[in-house]
Amino acid sequence: MVSGWFAGDGNDFRLLGTRCSACASVFFPREDAHCRNPGCPGGELAEVALSGRGRVWSYTDSRYRPPSPYVTDPELSWEPRALIAVELAAERIVVLGQSVPGVTVADLTVGMEVEVVPGVLNEDAGTTWTTWHWRPTGVTA
Amino acid sequence: MTDDVAVLGAGMHPWGKWGRGFVEYGVAAARAALADAGVDWREVGSIVGADTVRGGYPGYVAGATFAKALGWQGARVTSVYAACASGAQAVSAARAQILSGLADVVLVVGADSAPKGFFRPAGGDRPDDPDWLRFRVLGATNPTYFGLYARRRMAVHGDTVEDFAQVKVKNAASGALNPNARYRKRVTAEEVAASAVVADPLRLLDICATSDGGAALVLSSMEFARRRGAPDPVRIRAVSTVSPRYPRTVLDLPDIATDSAVAVEPPAETFRTSIARVAYEEAGVGPEDLSLAEVYDLSTALELQWYEDLGLCSEGEAAKLLREGATAPGGRIPVNVSGGLASFGEAVPAQAIAQVCELTWQLRGDAGDRQVPGARVGITANQGLFGHGSSVIAVR
Repeated sequence: MVSGWFAGDGNDFRLLGTRCSACASVFFPREDAHCRNPGCPGGELAEVALSGRGRVWSYTDSRYRPPSPYVTDPELSWEPRALIAVELAAERIVVLGQSVPGVTVADLTVGMEVEVVPGVLNEDAGTTWTTWHWRPTGVTA
Repeated sequence: MTDDVAVLGAGMHPWGKWGRGFVEYGVAAARAALADAGVDWREVGSIVGADTVRGGYPGYVAGATFAKALGWQGARVTSVYAACASGAQAVSAARAQILSGLADVVLVVGADSAPKGFFRPAGGDRPDDPDWLRFRVLGATNPTYFGLYARRRMAVHGDTVEDFAQVKVKNAASGALNPNARYRKRVTAEEVAASAVVADPLRLLDICATSDGGAALVLSSMEFARRRGAPDPVRIRAVSTVSPRYPRTVLDLPDIATDSAVAVEPPAETFRTSIARVAYEEAGVGPEDLSLAEVYDLSTALELQWYEDLGLCSEGEAAKLLREGATAPGGRIPVNVSGGLASFGEAVPAQAIAQVCELTWQLRGDAGDRQVPGARVGITANQGLFGHGSSVIAVR
């Protein structure tokens, strides 16, 4: 869907952001044009892998099917997905993402540790659209 | 502090799901505001329209669309878009024209015909648009963001879903007294608890609906007001339209992530707090001076957040303020006596204008059954997608 937001497999899977060479600000989703720090003279924006683990800042879910452009199969009954906002300590950033399938809001608490894992956003006969998911650490499903 | 502008007239089209075009609602509201002001449309030197993007192409040129419908008369014309803050930016543009002497009397209009169900981005594949991305990549609707803030308040401040429900109970009781409100029925805590969960922990009755509606104001210079025999009108004393400061560290619509605070320490105040502070500074008043507040209750939990952001109480104390009854009619600082979005629903370009209409009626003593006795100072607070702040302070 959008290129360069994540890379790697298995334990090496990471979200990718960019870091300004002048002020060290980190951006996710990646900022490739200009550093957004108003006090920064502007530097090179280099790709950087974000921390793989963080703590739940907050969470919720969507009990009703989200509208387009979210892609779902209207033939299937809607299964709510948890959305988790995760605080990454090293980057001092909060990143939103879906939970891995099967993890619901009942499984989550604010402050819980989660890790980023590869996931599937949508697929059809010809294409699989990949994404990132958050998974509580210790859950292996 | 800057000079005052006068609010000579206020008008609305009742909110609901009427199934008609936004122009009709805006023109009805405009005619009501003009009649209220005792001003003939041909005397208006400038019209400012708050844009809708839901009504198709004409919405992008709302000022001219309303001017044409009212009858072309050669007025200066302005159209503004700032998502939910569009109405406040329209008031701000009108005020700037009056204070700079470009216009003596200005008509401000906002109206919308909202779609059913979730708001969603315009069509097409637009991966350069953060609003499109949050839907496409996350399925993150507006209520999911409201759910994130609500859950965070529960974790950090100990708010409960019962506290959230009490906001709805309070606002519905006020909305029942307002002839312009869409929902005019009292709601009980049991009814909130029995409504379906939309975005955990929020239920259907915690979240505002989408509505059709329109609101308009006639603003003028103080000199024009005096000439028209209104020596002591309601006055707009501040309009805050500030943007956030980097790094913005509270996750907010429509962003997928916050700004990193690794290079720059976050500002001491949040974006919403800064919106109110700038309005207070411009008006030369503080939260202790307020008679009432109209705040942007997209969700019940968000209304509680505004109590703290407006300085009505300290951080984490909002639920306590609510439980004490301070924000209910008759309390120390009634909030959303109009019924709020809980009773109106969202008609995006109209709602920040509608908030000022309510302040106007309250400060005049014309608010009927929902009148706050002796109201002298009122504030509105609102926030528009993509970092648009919005707050207006009116005094009498």
